[in-house]
Amino acid sequence: MPNNIERPRRAQHIVAVGLLVAVFVLLARAVLYIPMHDTGVASSIQDNLQISGVLNPVTAVLLNFRGYDTLLEIAVLVLAIIGVLSLQREGMLASGRLAPFADPALSLLTRILVPMMILIAGYLLWAGEKAPGGAFQAGSILGAAGVLVTLSGHVRPGWLSPAIVKIIIAVGFVVFLVAAIIPMFFDKNLLEYPLHLAKPLIILIETWLTFSIGMILVTMFISSAAPITDDYVRGDAT
Amino acid sequence: MTQIEIYLLAGAAMFCIGLYGLVVRPHLLHKVMGLNVMAVAVFLVLVSVARRVPGPTPDALPHAMVLTGIVVSVAATAYSLALIKRIYTETGAVTLQETDDDA
Repeated sequence: MPNNIERPRRAQHIVAVGLLVAVFVLLARAVLYIPMHDTGVASSIQDNLQISGVLNPVTAVLLNFRGYDTLLEIAVLVLAIIGVLSLQREGMLASGRLAPFADPALSLLTRILVPMMILIAGYLLWAGEKAPGGAFQAGSILGAAGVLVTLSGHVRPGWLSPAIVKIIIAVGFVVFLVAAIIPMFFDKNLLEYPLHLAKPLIILIETWLTFSIGMILVTMFISSAAPITDDYVRGDAT
Repeated sequence: MTQIEIYLLAGAAMFCIGLYGLVVRPHLLHKVMGLNVMAVAVFLVLVSVARRVPGPTPDALPHAMVLTGIVVSVAATAYSLALIKRIYTETGAVTLQETDDDA
């Protein structure tokens, strides 16, 4: 019986590798066809940077010139976390305890590192206006800080109820969507910020996005990790 | 062959390695890892394309697209892991098996 299965598997394998080599040849030709001395849209981004409200071209593209992409991106994140949470058993969001006890060494390290991570997240959020940084980088550092806190055995503080977690998850997308729609009531297009309000609006959106992204990443991590069972706490698990 | 072209070809090769994992490996975790390798390959191509611009500053548009892509990739990975966990708790298997209905 194993021989019967082995033969077609091997043949399938050879066919798959052959097809993948063909895909590689096509992809290689495609990427080498990209014109090497085309400046793309880099010059028009530089020319229009002063009307975007920020000085960092990547932030200008993300939050202003192509804000639609970023709006849909945070929508994808919110949809993914809704999907992840709906596949969980009830109560996973409520407990969220991943370590059996607070490890003293890890606990001390966490107490030193987490305030610094929050500070760095705040700096990255602020620096995004004119240097590399922004909501997504700051949000991922906040998320990492949350993962560290969870892994070192600290329980979720009482005020952070599942309802509040869900509100923080949604707030970034909601603020962005409202800021995107409001210009449409003043005979402008979706996401067309008024010139003098562009900078405060971008900072407002990015701040709320940071909190949302951090909370979404922590929740994704907690949901994907294995929950602590009673056996493990007692030390019976092998 | 310029430096950018080497990076572009490496991106194409990585994409195929990821596709191999996605298509050939039956374990669902391997498939998710294959998808992630494919995503990183696309980011490598985009970052290389951003370097075509003459001067010290690379093109900002592909960089912004990579940032967007990383987030979407993370979201897709988390959702896939949740699905795999659910498939494991429901069926006890970490592969997609053919049921009698399919055969």
